[in-house]
Amino acid sequence: MSETTPKPRPLAGYNFGYLDEATKRMIRRALLKAVCIPGHQVPFGAREMPLPYGWGTGGIQVTSAVLGPSDVLKVIDQGADDTTNAVSIRRFFSRVAGVATTERTAEATIIQTRHRIPETPLREGQILVYQVPMPEPLFKLEPRVAESTRLHALADYGLMQVKLYEDIARQGEVGTSYNHPVMVNHRYLMSPSPIPAFDNPKMHMNAGLQLFGAGREKRIYAVPPYTDVRSLDFEDHPFKPVRAPHACAICGSAESYLDEVITDDAGGRMHVCSDTDYCASRPPLEDAP
Amino acid sequence: MSALLQAEGLDLRFGAVRALDGVAISIWPGEVVAIVGESGSGKSSLLRVLAGMQRADAGQVLYRDAAGATHSILDASDAALRRLMRSDWGFVHQNARDALRMEVSAGGNVGERLMAAGERHYGHIRKVAAHWLERVEMDPARMDESPKNFSGGMQQRLQIARTLVTNPRLVFMDEPTGGLDVSVQARLLDLIRGLVADLGLAVLLVTHDIAAARLLAHRIVVMRHGRVVEEGLTDRVLDDPQHPYTQLLVSSVLAA
Repeated sequence: MSETTPKPRPLAGYNFGYLDEATKRMIRRALLKAVCIPGHQVPFGAREMPLPYGWGTGGIQVTSAVLGPSDVLKVIDQGADDTTNAVSIRRFFSRVAGVATTERTAEATIIQTRHRIPETPLREGQILVYQVPMPEPLFKLEPRVAESTRLHALADYGLMQVKLYEDIARQGEVGTSYNHPVMVNHRYLMSPSPIPAFDNPKMHMNAGLQLFGAGREKRIYAVPPYTDVRSLDFEDHPFKPVRAPHACAICGSAESYLDEVITDDAGGRMHVCSDTDYCASRPPLEDAP
Repeated sequence: MSALLQAEGLDLRFGAVRALDGVAISIWPGEVVAIVGESGSGKSSLLRVLAGMQRADAGQVLYRDAAGATHSILDASDAALRRLMRSDWGFVHQNARDALRMEVSAGGNVGERLMAAGERHYGHIRKVAAHWLERVEMDPARMDESPKNFSGGMQQRLQIARTLVTNPRLVFMDEPTGGLDVSVQARLLDLIRGLVADLGLAVLLVTHDIAAARLLAHRIVVMRHGRVVEEGLTDRVLDDPQHPYTQLLVSSVLAA
């Protein structure tokens, strides 16, 4: 399951990594700008990709723009390597670019992800590519794009704080368990993409390069290695990463982020690690299903 | 002592209409100045230009901040204007619904300016918001209610609390009592008068209500067709109007 697949030959007649040269340059320029201004959304001319919007068109454009022949690619969807989306994108790149693919976080040089950050900490030189459905953290609060752009320009983020205030006033705690907004490098408010709030702290001072691609919204943004990333909160209501209070039914981990799996029609359920690679790398429990 | 806000030679045209025609006005710290005049006389345009919400065609507006530095409002960047609006100034709209966030609770509305100014302590924001609700004669127990549940007078008072919470030095008010019934108007005027005296605010008040101007203002500026036709101490202007238009305006107030 976790062995590195043999390196297939790249597809003939294509530019390396699927994109045409002009597109690749355009995206790489946007990426450079995004890395220079951490958390700032850089517009780019997103192309049609051979998969539907919402399935990771932004992610695969960023991945193909940074991909090189010696890279090893891992793709996860909600933490899992074996879901349709992850399998298809991994197979896509192994076919069009001929790069090696893996399911091991430690072996990968580029990890494209949807809605999770791997449990295994990234190391220097690794790139994490996020698929982002909605890059604008203020879009639910400020419907006008021009106005939210202005709010970013003036670093006027009182509005977001008001939203958190309202959550606490109404339900006693902050209501966002995923896509919890972060301040990047003390300057830009950024959507971490719909990762669980549990993963937010992993973005802070991460050794890897984090790139975000939103295909439909045509935005790229980035968090360079070792950048300050703070989840918004109040001094007396500090940010709390949420985790189901259980241990993984397979590996027994009490630290990893868990998925709740319904097992029958009689209310049976179990909690398992959402990160399949992390779970498989640990010795299974004796009574594991 | 020098003026808090000083404007000279303001011109503003909307096509053929001269909304402002060589207007000069100044306001000193702690002073309440009322701008009166009929509809279309340019008083609201003047307020918008002074507050940096509208660029004038000619003239200049100078604001002196607490540190004594002078800012030219007409040349100020958006960022600088927003900073002033957030820290030094307040704006009270005629229609509270224009200023309030109707989907956010009363406490959130009052706290927004604090949070925009960098306040990040929930308990402290609640405390300050409750204090300000009390100051505008609202029940702090209704802090978590939506402004949609409030009457027009309460919404207006909430707007005032929201504006004053960051202790501005200069507050612009555009017909703050417009659209309210007479008894509510009277209470609101009383409240504004009390707050202004307590806090030593400078207020620039636009109104067509002579009675409100008499009650609140130290000085009155009378405008007509985009020009200042008369200016002076409130009692002097209202009791001994010199310009024919001011005489007409004063004589047309109904005695109750």
